[in-house]
Amino acid sequence: MIIAALGIALCLLALSLAATAMRGFAPASGVVYGASAALCAALAAVGAWTLLTEAAASGLRVPVGLPWLGTHLRLDALSALFLMLLGTGAAAASVYAIGYGRHEHEPHRVLPFYPGFLGAMTLVLLADDAFTFLLSWEVMSLLSWALVLTHHREDEARSAGFLYLVMAGFGTMVLLLAFGLMAGPEGGYDFTAIRELGRGPGLAALVLVLMMVGAGSKAGLVPLHVWLPVAHPAAPSHVSALMSGVMTKVALYGFVRVTFDLLGPVAWWMSVPVIVIGAVTAVMGILFANVDGDAKRVLAYSTIENIGVIFAALGLALAFRASDMAALAALALTAGLVHAMNHMLFKSLLFMVAGAVLNATGRRDLDALGGLIHRMPKTAVLALVGVTAISALPPLNGFVSEWLLFQAVLQSPNLPQPGLQFLVPAMGGLLALAAALAAACFVRFYGVIFLGRPRSDVARDAVETDRWSLAAMGGLALLCVLAGIVPGVLIDLVAPAVDLAVGARMPLQAGNAWMTLIPVAEVRSSYSGLLVMVFIAISGGASAWLVHRLASRRLRRAPAWDCGFPNADPVTQYGGGSFAQPIRRVMALVLVARETVTMPPPGDAAPARHKVQIEDLAWSRIYRPLIAVVGSATTRMNALQFLTIRRYLSLVFGSLILLLTGLAIWN
Amino acid sequence: MELIANLVLQGVQMLIVLALAPGLTGLVRKIKARLTRRRGASILQPYRDLARLLRKEVVLAENASWLFRVSPYMIFAATWAAAALVPTFAIGLHFSWTADLIAIVALLASARFFLALAGMDVGTSFGGIGSSREMMIGALAEPAMLLMVFTVALVAGSTQLSNVVAFTASGEVGIRVSMGMALIALVIVAIAENARIPVDNPATHLELTMVHEAMVLEYSGRHLAMIELAAALKLLLYMALIGCIFVPWGLAPASAGLGGLVAGGAFFLVKLAVSGTLLALFETSFAKMRVFRVPDFLGVALMLGLLGTLLLFVSRSL
Repeated sequence: MIIAALGIALCLLALSLAATAMRGFAPASGVVYGASAALCAALAAVGAWTLLTEAAASGLRVPVGLPWLGTHLRLDALSALFLMLLGTGAAAASVYAIGYGRHEHEPHRVLPFYPGFLGAMTLVLLADDAFTFLLSWEVMSLLSWALVLTHHREDEARSAGFLYLVMAGFGTMVLLLAFGLMAGPEGGYDFTAIRELGRGPGLAALVLVLMMVGAGSKAGLVPLHVWLPVAHPAAPSHVSALMSGVMTKVALYGFVRVTFDLLGPVAWWMSVPVIVIGAVTAVMGILFANVDGDAKRVLAYSTIENIGVIFAALGLALAFRASDMAALAALALTAGLVHAMNHMLFKSLLFMVAGAVLNATGRRDLDALGGLIHRMPKTAVLALVGVTAISALPPLNGFVSEWLLFQAVLQSPNLPQPGLQFLVPAMGGLLALAAALAAACFVRFYGVIFLGRPRSDVARDAVETDRWSLAAMGGLALLCVLAGIVPGVLIDLVAPAVDLAVGARMPLQAGNAWMTLIPVAEVRSSYSGLLVMVFIAISGGASAWLVHRLASRRLRRAPAWDCGFPNADPVTQYGGGSFAQPIRRVMALVLVARETVTMPPPGDAAPARHKVQIEDLAWSRIYRPLIAVVGSATTRMNALQFLTIRRYLSLVFGSLILLLTGLAIWN
Repeated sequence: MELIANLVLQGVQMLIVLALAPGLTGLVRKIKARLTRRRGASILQPYRDLARLLRKEVVLAENASWLFRVSPYMIFAATWAAAALVPTFAIGLHFSWTADLIAIVALLASARFFLALAGMDVGTSFGGIGSSREMMIGALAEPAMLLMVFTVALVAGSTQLSNVVAFTASGEVGIRVSMGMALIALVIVAIAENARIPVDNPATHLELTMVHEAMVLEYSGRHLAMIELAAALKLLLYMALIGCIFVPWGLAPASAGLGGLVAGGAFFLVKLAVSGTLLALFETSFAKMRVFRVPDFLGVALMLGLLGTLLLFVSRSL
């Protein structure tokens, strides 16, 4: 199986090179995306097959790369799970791109990087030594950076690209440190050696913090999230879907691989920062999503929220594992991994919806859209599935993972540490807040884009998107529904990976009647998405039928009532800004939202102005001061560029002495 | 044979909630009227209203989409499914394991989600104002509700309502401060969720003060009937929920004979009457608050839910 996976990765990389050669060849886009879709579907099949058969881990050593290390690759349950996720998300994005890519003005800015990006992500998942891992990670970062710069003539995309490059470079540097610390003084960089090496709790804690910074910056943990809402939306929509839906999961894989597999035992108190930062990330991410006015940025902020939810679940799993409660750790980890899978499904779907809307109207700002349910009926139905799923509403899939996570939170009294007993329910409250805010956010997202009356001419004249895009979105929407009503299948599929990470798995769900989920024991809790779906379908359908049959079925169209004062101007509708107002006001303290109203003096006919300013505390408290310090330091050090040769030599000599002294003291 | 009996029992539960819901709304209205020295309409008035609405034709706004027409049935179905899962007269019904308390809360959230979407569909300013405020209230009420669920689940060791009831009715619980806090939190959430005074006024027709009514302003005929029925069901659901968790006596196990079940039904009626009276009393003794005071009100519920959970740990470790 590993050979197949490696073969697919290499094919994808080769496809990148081929795409470079195909510049100017008209059907290039169809060929590249079609081939990527086929390869990724095969990749998903490899992952799913490995999980289903619970195949033993297979390793491979290829004698290329560093001479004393070579390239170690390995396919085990954890990589297989993420391969399945990557394959599914990437196959859908590629199918979507067959249609979407036709509208691209400069396909040669996307095509050469796209398959390579997928191949690099595959290699990250397969890597079994630190060098291969970091190299693939960096290739993945650079190629996605190139994809962010597709529309490089827009200032926004350029500054997003710069920010992303800085953050990605920083993240990789921190990962380098983490792996260096794990490899120890002997420098055993292949994962087997790292796994066998014992390390003290202090060192393990340090590695965990570094991983949170390194992988967390890629995944979008607060306060390292600032690049994400800028860079993800700047890319073409299928790439945005991949970055948000899949690449953040690859970062997650890095974190899970190191903390659950390579690092060995982790002290319970190290789970505290993971849980707290996860929960805070969830709330902050969704708050910003609630007030942002750009469709794709809303989705990117919501990615931050979901990553926070997943990290909170991982932290909970770490806490349970540290206290030797393997079964409960399995519950929490399953919640996290299933949520990762679910998030890939609905976030990719929603980014594709945003892309379809962007194609049809040319606009991304919420306040220019509206009423698209009439113009793009099929997209609207699929989008409705996506927003219902992401708002964690039953019977769709978002609710399943959220529910599992709450079940894990409810098990926290079993933890022996009083600190965690207090902390976990409070964090559960934050997660509940995030879930409820997500519903508010996506009512706004869907309501402003698809419902109401069009707010601009382009929205009025929009047309339905193409068939390929619809097929990709339809596939993802179907998976969202299936994962919601038969979640047991997904949970059982995830089980081998969970087993590898925490040494236990959730009870088998497949045999339960009506696909009911029973995470711990039936007396505690159970949930059957299928039955809820059937319930709602039957009672809704039956009541509609009865009402139409027995009561009245007459219907008359008339102008909107609007309490007697209908206004023909679409501007009088609630838009993105006004819908967010109640939440913006209630959460003003956290959002640092300031509203200023400038009224003209009495008698003046000038319009009054209302201005809202929202500040991300991460920018004002962390990044701006940091940028200022770096800026002033570089200005000072600039003088070093204009020294005489004499001074340079003495500088070199001085530093040599300094280093040697340091070494002498060390020894 | 046993299966059929079980299914029948479950069906009875579903029909009972449906049949009683408008009556409860009528009762609350009647008592409120009497408390303000009005005579008030008959308790049966909501039934007549529903029948009249169902017979009338629907006047649909010109740019209303299919979502606007489907939503009433979705809202009704989700609320009905949730209401059917809360124990009223008996516990351990055939489908009681379908969804636990968390899922019931989420089902209500689904109903709210579709109601808010429907409010935005026609593209009027009142629909939008209602939707955005409803989602704000929901965003604060839902975490408060879940923290309350945490407290109850930690005491009873289950989120499955039938098991919670079996545990609280067994008398092992005694009187706990945490449960008291959970009760207050649940009452506050129930008031907010059901659009009652002081959060919202179900009787108002002053546009700027209404939330729920503003969202359904464009609805008429059978669509409005379904939404009104769903609102009545939701009120009944919350009363049944408070009744079964905090006053768990009188609920018959599913295996009880006909006599036991009838007694359970009688108990349920008494509980509804008492809680309806209390709600009417509460509503007449408060004034509606400004919409931006609502977060403070719900914040109390949030804090009580959290404190209830934390107190449990304190009392356990003592």
